[in-house]
Amino acid sequence: MSLIASLDPELYQIVFLSVVVSGTASILGALAGVPAGALLAFRRFPGRTLLIRVVYTLMGLPPVLAGLLVYLLLSSQGPFGRARLLFTPAAMVIVQFILVFPIVTGLTLVAVRDRDRLVRDTALALGATRWQADLAVIGESRRAIGAAVMAAFGRAIAEVGAVMLVGGNIQWQTRVMTTAIVLETRQGRFDVAIALGLILLALAFAVNTLVGQVTPMAGGKLDENP
Amino acid sequence: MTRGMRNHVWVWVAVGLVVVAAVGFISYQSYARPGKNLTLATTTSTQDSGLLDVLIPAFEKASGIKVKVVAVGTGQSIEIARRGDADVVLVHARKLEDQFVADGQGINRRDVMYNDFVVVGPPGDPAGIKGMKDAAAAFAKIAQAKASFVSRGDKSGTNVKENEVWAAAQVKPAGSWYLSAGAGMDEALRLASEKGAYTLSDRATYLATKDKYKLDIVVEGDKILYNPYGVIAVNPKVHPNVNYRGAMAFINFITGPEGRKIIGDFGRDRFGQPLFTPWPQGQ
Repeated sequence: MSLIASLDPELYQIVFLSVVVSGTASILGALAGVPAGALLAFRRFPGRTLLIRVVYTLMGLPPVLAGLLVYLLLSSQGPFGRARLLFTPAAMVIVQFILVFPIVTGLTLVAVRDRDRLVRDTALALGATRWQADLAVIGESRRAIGAAVMAAFGRAIAEVGAVMLVGGNIQWQTRVMTTAIVLETRQGRFDVAIALGLILLALAFAVNTLVGQVTPMAGGKLDENP
Repeated sequence: MTRGMRNHVWVWVAVGLVVVAAVGFISYQSYARPGKNLTLATTTSTQDSGLLDVLIPAFEKASGIKVKVVAVGTGQSIEIARRGDADVVLVHARKLEDQFVADGQGINRRDVMYNDFVVVGPPGDPAGIKGMKDAAAAFAKIAQAKASFVSRGDKSGTNVKENEVWAAAQVKPAGSWYLSAGAGMDEALRLASEKGAYTLSDRATYLATKDKYKLDIVVEGDKILYNPYGVIAVNPKVHPNVNYRGAMAFINFITGPEGRKIIGDFGRDRFGQPLFTPWPQGQ
């Protein structure tokens, strides 16, 4: 408690960076994952079943493995080394996006499939085009999609292996809450580590609440009780 | 219906603004002005000693170069340097350093400072080695008595030194008494304390944590326990994108008068004794 009250600027920087990195990765993951999931749900094409299985598998991609792979890609010797992105927040956003995108895609796919039949038939009966029907289904699934984005954010803000590898846990620059917890734990300062952990949980709760308020306003044209 | 649609649009506008702001912030933070940034790969125990918290800001002030300190295990540190992802490396594993230079990956290696390792153990001293002056002989006694011993098992500088002492004792440690933890120094000390085991620790971490754990120093002062630190620039001929000038500026700073003073004073106020000894000049 005294940690928060102490208004330590380093603590605020760490919290801020955690939110920005994981938030950006989650939003970008959602912007890419929701259409991807919807497409997988609505359209038939060769290899669709295989692709769906791949998406489900990638939902369980071990973060530290993703971190290692992105590290190798961004490394000076790697294909994207020229971009000099290693040990920067940008690299952290990239790796968290990779972790989060399959999660949003997979969960959107499931959410939308559930609602598809009823909503689609209703929309088409009301005179919608195919695209309008698609959007209607997505809109009506927004609560489940919101939950998917929250799951994605939860995954992103809680992971440590990937951001440790590609970010380097550099003070003031790439240190986030999870990597700070590792550092404090390693140095034996358990009380600080636990305090950081509690702040992390409180943060996740706050974001959850915020998204919960916002999601119903994000779309949907058919009437529904919140 | 109209109110619902208005909310609808505003939410998306807000999300869009947030994303743009966030991406802008991230991009700004991630942009590195060439020449003004130096990436230093070092070890967790160097970072944990706190020396860098004093040394780095002093260097940044004197040189105007912003330093990114990436502190990972020794093996990973050198691997990062081998890939050209760091400009300069500061570690304490002479064999690995020499290999790094011999492979042409590193140049201008300089000795910076040294501290020492101590063998610590439970107050009961089951292997009866307290006060021994010969570390290798002490290790041999531990193996003989099958007294619990915690190894960091992570190719860290400490781990490398530990293996050196086992080799000098001509013992290959194995058995249920030998606990290879894959852990950092503080974790290893905690494990040793909990299990009443011996372990090898750098003096700095031991001093910094001694009040938390039930471990006493049992062997110290043997030359084999000296822990020298070396700083090496990553070879620009192999990795043309490294900040070689920055690396040399750093090397010159920490081996020069200002760096040596900082190193020689560090730890005095907290422990009553400095944690490191700057490398004697002219050697």
